[in-house]
Amino acid sequence: MNLRKYLKVYTKFLHTSLASELEYKTNILIDLITAILSLIGSIFLLSIFYQNNKSIGGWEFEEALIIQGIYTILNGITNTWFNPNLTEIVKHIREGTLDFVLLKPIDSQFFISLKKINPSGFLEIILGFCLLLICMIINQININLSFLCLSLITMICSIFILYGLWFFICTTTIWFVKTWNAIEVLRSFLYIGRFPLDSFSFTLRIFFSVFIPIAFITTIPSEVFLGVYQLWKILLEVAVATVFLMTSRKFWLFALKSYSSASS
Amino acid sequence: MVKNIIDVRNLSKSFDISSKEPGLKGTIKHFFRRQTKSLKVIKDISFEIKEGEIVGFLGANGAGKTTILKMLCGLIYPSEGSILVSGYLPFRRKENFLKNITLIMGQKQQLIWDLPPIESFYLNASIYDLDKFEAKKRIKKLSEMLEIDEELFIPVRKLSLGQRMKSELLAALIHEPNILFLDEPTLGLDINAQRNLRKFLQKYNKETNATICLTSHYMKDITSLCKRVICVHEGEISYDGKLDLLLKKLSPVKEILVVCCSEKDAIKLENSGFTVKNKIKNEITIKIENNSFTSSLKTILNNFDIKDLYINEPPVDEIIGKILVKKSYDI
Repeated sequence: MNLRKYLKVYTKFLHTSLASELEYKTNILIDLITAILSLIGSIFLLSIFYQNNKSIGGWEFEEALIIQGIYTILNGITNTWFNPNLTEIVKHIREGTLDFVLLKPIDSQFFISLKKINPSGFLEIILGFCLLLICMIINQININLSFLCLSLITMICSIFILYGLWFFICTTTIWFVKTWNAIEVLRSFLYIGRFPLDSFSFTLRIFFSVFIPIAFITTIPSEVFLGVYQLWKILLEVAVATVFLMTSRKFWLFALKSYSSASS
Repeated sequence: MVKNIIDVRNLSKSFDISSKEPGLKGTIKHFFRRQTKSLKVIKDISFEIKEGEIVGFLGANGAGKTTILKMLCGLIYPSEGSILVSGYLPFRRKENFLKNITLIMGQKQQLIWDLPPIESFYLNASIYDLDKFEAKKRIKKLSEMLEIDEELFIPVRKLSLGQRMKSELLAALIHEPNILFLDEPTLGLDINAQRNLRKFLQKYNKETNATICLTSHYMKDITSLCKRVICVHEGEISYDGKLDLLLKKLSPVKEILVVCCSEKDAIKLENSGFTVKNKIKNEITIKIENNSFTSSLKTILNNFDIKDLYINEPPVDEIIGKILVKKSYDI
């Protein structure tokens, strides 16, 4: 793989999608307002849960806010990259424009995963980081090298797991053509990531760890932030992320063999 | 000797197609127990295409033209048989193969809708690993050939269909491919835009010696661009050869309308042994076989007093229409 070429192409992707989005100023403004209101709404909802309880599943309100911060960052990443690109796969397959992607001398998964960005998602990422910073001050978290490394590793793994889940569902479009409902179900499940895994019953904990590993996405990075992490959990998250990333690749290449292109 | 750039041997393709009975009952049945059957859309076809050739693929809707084109450019895996395009197995989609080909579809677009076409050109240039200087040079050259200038800087959504198609062509040709696959490139364009596009393709072929495989339902595209046609009927090749030979075979007779100086001359011509279609006063329509056309015309001009003469070529569309419904043609 020619990294210089891919970097150049990605710079062009950034440039063209930013230019496309900036054509519609009002839309960006609405997206930005939605992001702010959504965060306020989520914190308000969390505060209602904690009105009569000091802790839920062993997590106090200030600690649960870390999960909210991580969720907001990940949701921002979803809205910046995954949502505009991966939902486009469905359109590409339905309309047959995937043909143009497959005939370009560039990795098709790279192309369809990163071609677009939604700049309003950046605000969510920034808001998430701000919330995390506030939480770190409130919870008096010490920043050192191991903290930085572990939080970076777990966050990257969370992004990969999230990407794998999205990409897997969107890839099935090659066979089923319409998978909007599955994407909506996934989005609904992802909301669960706003709450600590320990606040759910045992059965649900197993479900959200094994079948749809939402739990890994926010809870493990939050534990790292609070210094209550267990190494085996981090290693497990790394393993799950690797499996998701590799499977998404294999699954895409396998699915392409069944691609029949839309009729003219 | 010109080498073969495309070599297709015993190619077949089957698709699993689901069918549904009408009505609510059929819909429920279809939802729970979808019945699919394998449909062979391409049946054991073989052909070669030489470098620099322009070949037209003719056939009715659903005959399999686009499927053949998509297999040639590597989008669809063949079920049986072999394809070699420029020495590559297309479905492997190797980088060097992809740099050599392009696919243009009249009904689909790759340009970024909200931005001027120039942005898509530079994006494609970076994908094909062209530096900015080279990309600029090629955009200038192709835009001159396509006669587009200001349109390059207007958002795609504001362009007319003709301007958009020209921009699509530029985007698809920026890497200077050797093989062009064109699927109904003039679809929906007005007469002038169609003519300009054909003119461009002829020029591109002449200047670069690129091989062009074309499907179109506009017969003018085929007659003005392609010397050779491959007719596809229900997934099989019904004819592969020169277009003019096919036209001659399918239309062995020409009609001429002779306007004689007087009705007396018309009667004389009527009784001179020619096959007469009809006669109205001093106007007489005669059918003449293609192989004796010149000599018959000489006879008429030398022996009869003629005021005017019209040669009626049968419409190409009508002749091609006959091809689309017939299984095979031996010329």
